[in-house]
Amino acid sequence: MGWIKKNLFSTPFNSILTVITLFILLKTAPPFIKWAFIESSWFAESEVCKSGSGACWSVITYNLRFIIFGFYPYEEHWRPFTSMIILFILLYFTKNKKYRSKRLLGFWIAGLPIMGILMKGGIFGLTPVNSANWGGLPLTLLLAVFGLAAAYPLGVILALGRISKMPAIKALCIVYIELIRGVPLISLLFMSSIIFPLFLPEGVTISKIIRAQVAIILFTAAYVAEVVRGGLQGMDKGQYEAAASLGLNYYMSMRLIILPQALKIVIPPTVSILISAFKDTSLVVIIALYDILKTSQTVLSNPKWMGFSSEVYIFIAVLYFTGCFSMSNFSRKLEKELDTEKRFNEK
Amino acid sequence: MRYLKAILLSVVLVAFAVVCAAGTLDEVKKRGYIKAGVNGSVFGFGMPNDKGVWKGLDVDTAKAIAAAIFGDTSKVEFIPLTAVQRLTALQSKEIDVLCRNTTRTLTRETTNGINFVHVNYYDGQGFLVPKKLGIKSAKELSGATICVLPGTTTEMNVADFFRTNKMDWKPVVIEQSAELNKAFFSGRCDCLTSDASQLAGQRAVAPNPNDYEILPEIISKEPLAPAVRHGDDQWFDIVNFAVMALINAEEFGITSANADKKLNSENPEIKRFLGVIPGMGEALGLSDKWAYNIVKQVGNYGEIFERNVGENTSLGIKRGFNALWTEGGLMYAPPFR
Repeated sequence: MGWIKKNLFSTPFNSILTVITLFILLKTAPPFIKWAFIESSWFAESEVCKSGSGACWSVITYNLRFIIFGFYPYEEHWRPFTSMIILFILLYFTKNKKYRSKRLLGFWIAGLPIMGILMKGGIFGLTPVNSANWGGLPLTLLLAVFGLAAAYPLGVILALGRISKMPAIKALCIVYIELIRGVPLISLLFMSSIIFPLFLPEGVTISKIIRAQVAIILFTAAYVAEVVRGGLQGMDKGQYEAAASLGLNYYMSMRLIILPQALKIVIPPTVSILISAFKDTSLVVIIALYDILKTSQTVLSNPKWMGFSSEVYIFIAVLYFTGCFSMSNFSRKLEKELDTEKRFNEK
Repeated sequence: MRYLKAILLSVVLVAFAVVCAAGTLDEVKKRGYIKAGVNGSVFGFGMPNDKGVWKGLDVDTAKAIAAAIFGDTSKVEFIPLTAVQRLTALQSKEIDVLCRNTTRTLTRETTNGINFVHVNYYDGQGFLVPKKLGIKSAKELSGATICVLPGTTTEMNVADFFRTNKMDWKPVVIEQSAELNKAFFSGRCDCLTSDASQLAGQRAVAPNPNDYEILPEIISKEPLAPAVRHGDDQWFDIVNFAVMALINAEEFGITSANADKKLNSENPEIKRFLGVIPGMGEALGLSDKWAYNIVKQVGNYGEIFERNVGENTSLGIKRGFNALWTEGGLMYAPPFR
């Protein structure tokens, strides 16, 4: 009772807000729960679904394998599945501080080619699968994980280049960052998929996935660069001078003194860029790559399942939320771990 | 020395020109499969099923081309393309042939540098109305509110149709086709307009399909045809005759089931068609069994039509214009001789 009074009805204004919120919840939540859970059908055929009044989750359960794996050959679905499991296990251990060691790095280095071989095939008796047939969740994860992993270091290098004292490098980095930041991701993707192939020499084609991946990396790196530059410039000048007076060269002072502090300061903005980059991977639908969003939309163009868009989009929203939420969770943990000065206390 | 340089340069240039001039057929044969641009999200024309296997009328057309060249329908890589990408993909050689429900128009043939082959589906714009309105003809639609997608030729066609017939109409413009359907079925507009091939599918989604009917008028011409790049006549011929072989096979009554039996036919036209009398394949640069392979492995046009969009599918489209010319339709292919 005391908690309710203190938190929900402390002032007249708060009381009004509480009442309004409760009213809205009462109006919306029960019908939603009724629709989504009580009257819903999970495994019924579409004809049965149409006559029911609740949600028709069977649009997901019936088409789950296509939604998740896209065009990957049906009999070989275990391969992308195993790849994803390996990826999740690696990510899980990376999240935990006590497992973070040289050995884990070794596992990553071993795991990545294994995932690649599983997906691509061609050796060890695995049938080769053209990368044009990759789709669904593995494609989304591939674009996101590799996009972020490559964009981050590239962004740091660009940031260092931009504050560098060498004019040529500085100019190059500024031009790159401003050019990329000056255009929307969609136009980069269009360029990579429509204009770029026209410039390639006769007979050379680069896989659509790689072109999209490169566009995402280039785009994200420019944004990361600006955030990191903010961190570098936010550092006390004394730190640069201290490093110099210790006789450290440029590389060592950056590696040991400047970057560890600067990158730590900018964890929150960096993570929000990475999260938005993760969500931006869904833009590849406009160049007809079948990521998880596009495979779900494809299911909806089948007359059998055409009416059930709400169910499908809720499912996709939950998937994306899970991804983004674990990323921001990880960043908060990282901040706490790296907080050597214990500046901000747990609230 | 100067001569040597000039000779070297010209040799390089000639070699380059030869490499460039290597025809699409040679490239395709070297690669071992054809690359076909398809739609990806239109049921009945080009769309994966729940196992990720490509199905549709355009998909089967591409398979027919593969059967003609390789005698194997699996030698196709399907590349889903958006409406914006499709022409560039063809120009930049990302695909060899475009089978993506594309309307043949003058500007596409000329300024976009592509050639359309024989039409594989005659589409046109129609109207879907609730039966309870008691409307029997589009001419009775005066004053109607009409659900339509924005920015398409569909919208302009309706405007033209109503202006020509001196009738009023009120558009309800909705961006997403799923939302458009919902608006129509909930009664926000009297009438839904789109390509006739799509209307049937949209009708099938209705809570009660029998309450709706498609009006007989077709107000625009949308001849959908596969397309190839300008400048490679041999490749054009192959794709063109692969489509026409489907039509002629139906006219001869050859199906995937009876193709083997028809090899013994006495009819010289059928004999030439199936390669029993040789010569037709060689003229195209293919084996004499090319048309036989198409029919045996993919079927004739009628079979493809019924399998993908016909009356027993959820689209339930009647042959209409797409019937053979002998049955009152427009499907007419030149003789193979």
